[in-house]
Amino acid sequence: MSTTLYDKIWNDHLVDQQEDGTALLFVDRHLVHEVTSPQAFEGLRNSNRKVRHPNLTLAVADHNVPTTDRTKGIADLDSKIQVETLEANCKEFGVQLFSMNDKRQGIVHVTGPEQGFTQPGTVIVCGDSHTATHGAFGSLAFGIGTSEVEHVLATQTLVQKKAKNFRINVNGKLPLGVTSKDVILQIIGKIGTAGGTGCVLEYSGDLIKSLSVEQRMTICNMTIEGGARAGLIAPDEKIFHYLKDRPMSPKGEKWDKAVDYWHTLKTDTNASFDKEMSLRADEIVPMITWGTSPQDVITIDGNIPNPKNEKDEDKKNSLERALEYMGLKPDMAAKDIKIDKVFIGSCTNGRIEDLREAAQILKDKKIASHVHAMVVPGSGLVKEQAEQEGLDKIFLSSGFEWREPGCSMCLAMNADKLKPEERCASTSNRNFEGRQGRGGRTHLVSPGMAAAAAISGNLDDVRKYQN
Amino acid sequence: MRKFNTLKSIPAYLPIVNIDTDMIIPKQFLKTIKRTGLGKNLFFEMRYDDDGKLIDDFVLNKSPYNSSKILIAGNNFGCGSSREHAPWALLDFGITCVISSSYADIFYNNCFKNGILPIILEEEKIKELSEYAKRKEEISIDLKDEKIIYGNNEVYFKIDPFKKKCLLEGLDDIALSLKKSSKIENFEKNLKEKKPWILND
Repeated sequence: MSTTLYDKIWNDHLVDQQEDGTALLFVDRHLVHEVTSPQAFEGLRNSNRKVRHPNLTLAVADHNVPTTDRTKGIADLDSKIQVETLEANCKEFGVQLFSMNDKRQGIVHVTGPEQGFTQPGTVIVCGDSHTATHGAFGSLAFGIGTSEVEHVLATQTLVQKKAKNFRINVNGKLPLGVTSKDVILQIIGKIGTAGGTGCVLEYSGDLIKSLSVEQRMTICNMTIEGGARAGLIAPDEKIFHYLKDRPMSPKGEKWDKAVDYWHTLKTDTNASFDKEMSLRADEIVPMITWGTSPQDVITIDGNIPNPKNEKDEDKKNSLERALEYMGLKPDMAAKDIKIDKVFIGSCTNGRIEDLREAAQILKDKKIASHVHAMVVPGSGLVKEQAEQEGLDKIFLSSGFEWREPGCSMCLAMNADKLKPEERCASTSNRNFEGRQGRGGRTHLVSPGMAAAAAISGNLDDVRKYQN
Repeated sequence: MRKFNTLKSIPAYLPIVNIDTDMIIPKQFLKTIKRTGLGKNLFFEMRYDDDGKLIDDFVLNKSPYNSSKILIAGNNFGCGSSREHAPWALLDFGITCVISSSYADIFYNNCFKNGILPIILEEEKIKELSEYAKRKEEISIDLKDEKIIYGNNEVYFKIDPFKKKCLLEGLDDIALSLKKSSKIENFEKNLKEKKPWILND
């Protein structure tokens, strides 16, 4: 029978299946961070259980870490305790950890691929919804809760029900200045934040194939914003090339065997999907979000929606609520939205290609005098690479701050946050109320668009600055 | 895990769609290393003003809803992050049943690990039930028979049989899975043969 990529990975990880369809899946790779793991380790301790496979588990401190000078440690006591708790737990249970002062430290979803811990055809979980990122490698990767983290630590398995197959085809070529961030924002705008609920998405089509590994990660990363827990892209030579010789990639004979297996990871030609959708890449233009849900997208040359045009009462109310929170007037032009801050970073857009994309726009330019802008590289290694290429100098001389790696203002758990009513062009993934700080207003954009906004001082079209 | 059987309460109604986990429990409260004590911070930004005072208008700040055990809300409840702090905060506040027309997957799963019953109903039924919230009348949940009783009416809901059993009996997932240890060991043995690069040893 013809099967999808998701079906194949699923079948290949079945430890047990009950009559009611509840399955026990083997977990190949488990990523851990400081926020969603303390209660899980405590649970193990209380019931006298061990970590079943410490060497299939990798921990990173990322959510709470400061992005300024780290030699003084963490000023916030609760954050400090959480990071120290992770260090103590990893030591006690024998789990490898990249803590705050390790050069390899970074956002868990940047670090995993960078180390070669992420591999095609694996089941990867992490107590973080953006685990979907790793789907770019053709791995079934999804976020789990803390109780499930404990379950995986103790058993190396997870209780699951099979999801539906949903394929999104993107064909054609992206116009100049349009990126994979615009593609995924466009997709979320079309399917809505609950459009993928209960499904695993597979992205396919010639546009997807043409994307670099990092661009694919941006798309898979925001799959969760469309309600699907996991998004997959069939692995190809680009992926194998990326993984070759990474510290945790298979070596020697094991590498050859792995690559043979990885070549089998694709959806059969005749496989059927529960849902399918297609879109043309040529028609996508740079996108922004205007509201408080990732589905609230418009193009940069568009206008803010008017609640008057909404017939459904509930939708109208939620539109009005979002406009009020965002401090925006109906029908105003996207380009008239003045911004206070710019954030470039996060597991969505904090990798080297993202920094290159923004730096290219910022070269020999200055940011607007009223804008405060920062770059937070996704990992210590991304930071190092960027510095080798001189990107830090471009950012600094344009007026950006150049920070230490971590999650930072994507969720504002550390000291980096918006003040009430401050408006930010952000390369992160969520524009929820209060996400970047209480009362803060977020507009999600691509790295190039963030750079353009920094220069203009308002949301602007990156194509204007394209060389 | 605590068992869930039947429940009777005046429901609280929060008619907002896409209530995300950042709304349910904002990030500043994720720094805890415990599961308890989050109830006072549930819906923090809607519940308290900038000076930390309770906002009288917010439903969960008003009697009798401040002791509601059932929360009725708009669709796509619990979207966003995987934080289990969201169900922990609901539970600590006293809410053990949520009723909505749909949930985000991770939140939905997290509820069951904590003895919370998330019920899925059609929008139309949700509107009917919300009237009971407005009139401050109790409704009853019966998990065993999969029904909600309100006034002289009943409505049935569907739930996965395994999840239902775990809730009714308060079963511990990990203990259940560890009963399948020999299957896990077999799987690992095969894995070593089939995909020698996976086990990292």
